[in-house]
Amino acid sequence: MTDLATTLAPERTAPVPVRPRERSTVGRRILVGVLAVLLLAALWELVKVVVPDGGGHLGEASVLPRTDDLAMPHVWDIVDRVLQPETSATGSPTVLSAMLSACWFTLRVALAGWLVGSIGGLLLAALMQRWQLAESALVPWVVLSQTVPLIALAPLVVGWGGRIHVGTFEWQRWMSVALIASYLAFFPVTIGALRGFQSPPAAQVELFRAQAASWNRTMLSLRLPASVPYLLPALRLGAATAVVGAIVAEVSTGTKGGIGRLIISYAQSASGDPAKPWAAIAAAALLGLVAAGLVSLLGLGLGRYRYAEVR
Amino acid sequence: MRLNRLTAWGAVGVAAALVLAGCSSDSGGEAEEEPSMSSEVLIPVKLQLQWFTQAQFAGYYAAIDQGYYVDEGLDVQIVEGGTDIVPQSVLADGSVDYAIAWVPKALASREQGAGITDVAQIFQRSGTLQVSFADKGISTAADLEGKTVGNWGYGNEFELFAGMTKAGLDPATDVTLVQQQFDMNAFLAGDIDAAQAMTYNEYAQLLEAENPETGELYTADDFTAIDWNDEGTAMLQDAIWANSEKLASDEEYQETTVKFIKASLKGWIYARDNPEEARDIVVAQGSQLGNSHQLWQTNEINKLIWPSPDGIGMIDEDAWAQTVDVALTTKNDQGATVITTEPDAEAYTNEYVEQALAELRDEGVDVSGEDFEPIEVTLEAGGN
Repeated sequence: MTDLATTLAPERTAPVPVRPRERSTVGRRILVGVLAVLLLAALWELVKVVVPDGGGHLGEASVLPRTDDLAMPHVWDIVDRVLQPETSATGSPTVLSAMLSACWFTLRVALAGWLVGSIGGLLLAALMQRWQLAESALVPWVVLSQTVPLIALAPLVVGWGGRIHVGTFEWQRWMSVALIASYLAFFPVTIGALRGFQSPPAAQVELFRAQAASWNRTMLSLRLPASVPYLLPALRLGAATAVVGAIVAEVSTGTKGGIGRLIISYAQSASGDPAKPWAAIAAAALLGLVAAGLVSLLGLGLGRYRYAEVR
Repeated sequence: MRLNRLTAWGAVGVAAALVLAGCSSDSGGEAEEEPSMSSEVLIPVKLQLQWFTQAQFAGYYAAIDQGYYVDEGLDVQIVEGGTDIVPQSVLADGSVDYAIAWVPKALASREQGAGITDVAQIFQRSGTLQVSFADKGISTAADLEGKTVGNWGYGNEFELFAGMTKAGLDPATDVTLVQQQFDMNAFLAGDIDAAQAMTYNEYAQLLEAENPETGELYTADDFTAIDWNDEGTAMLQDAIWANSEKLASDEEYQETTVKFIKASLKGWIYARDNPEEARDIVVAQGSQLGNSHQLWQTNEINKLIWPSPDGIGMIDEDAWAQTVDVALTTKNDQGATVITTEPDAEAYTNEYVEQALAELRDEGVDVSGEDFEPIEVTLEAGGN
């Protein structure tokens, strides 16, 4: 009897106080994050000091990268470059402001892609939960979808998009980028949501069935709440992959305005101005962290369902 | 507790609203060219570039800026390229009306079924160099023997391979081939003896880099370059390609082609006579490359175009034949040639560019640039 109660109402019998712990750790996690970035910077400088300028060689094969100022500029040079104007053209913005506006563009495109991907992923997971046949049929395709090289896909999506005109609506280049971002983001969400939907123990499912609850009711009242601990990490992962997808798609399709394009543009001056491309690469990495961080805000509103988060 | 949850949802809501608002406001701002006022009467034309906005395409941007396209009744929108955008494929599948592409690459796409035709050969010369430090003593293709030779691959390597073959070297055994990156760092670090470089881009990057021994920028004296135009294995590069099928059947497209070529040529003539203004036009289009780099590029591009004795855009039969010959006979390190059979007669035509040139000559425009003199450009550190 007690066993059944535990299974049926875990949040009552296992009142793990997620929220207070959560609150106290938010500050700490930010602190740890900042420390990690500083540590990376220190590590970068350490490598520059320890490894010879020409890199490490084992016989003919190069095993460690070059560490001269051209290949690995000093962290302070990169920071200093960020504060300088992009080019000497009059009215040229600083690298920092160019990167901020580029990151803002990419973030919006990535979030649009993440929204589309997450909704698509949830629907797909629901479909696969509903019909066992759909699951067996679709899972291989879902996995296969992630092995298609993005750079092969990107020009195709742009090609298809270029021919879409519905009334006054015209497909924009950023929509192709968002679509490619969603293509990466949907995968973790689908897999996470499917596991989450299937996570309620048999006893709980049977209780719903015994009470003649419809599939919709079971979904809304049992499976969806039970999936939260699985869904949140999946959504976070999805956000990070959406940013990666957006950046790669921007590079691939040459979409103007985002950080991916900026990396390539800056890379063209890598030999004369080596700090510039590194600044953009660092900005892209930070952007992924910001996106994942934004999405984890979702978790704050869902505390009561997070009794056993899969981290 | 409640407050906390509300704040969290509030933050999420605000973020979502921003995303939606941002995206919807983008639709206007992201269009690459603002549509012209009277676009109802203008014929919309899309031009696909091979790469991002830079002075390599100064003529087209100048033609928009100076209103040359509008004068011809065209509303031209320039579509930038990306690392994986193949202009000739985009053209063949009908997404754009014209594309800029190198001749050998376009011929390879043609052989795979892309129905495209070279209607104007803008660059009369090849801008590809093989650059070395002066102390390596590499000034001809024959000097490459036993050296580490960089190339970009992806069809950019054939002039180099043809040059080596012509000099009696076997590219597979007589040199060490290295795949080259975007930048010139591997060359500057000494990993590559002779690196591929475009006169208007990578070569300038070298002159924008600091020589660690002197603390000053490198100068042209520090390098030697093999010019494939001199070695006789140059291949034709930037050309305007049109859709062959529409060219054969669509009369309006034929007329548009003449107008498009005419206005584009005018743009290039503007860039010849006003290199600094042309640079400013390109910079204003949002190129992240520096001012001095863009001016250098404009000037080097001008050198590739001018003088054009038969008139800018004319496809020179000898240069075309040489390009086809190299494309047919030169094997790269994988043993592949660019094309396997002679391209058919549809591959290029001077019909449209001749009409455009005739109209320009009637207007008294100098279309051959016989007295063209390049300007002197001083590159700044990092191209700024």
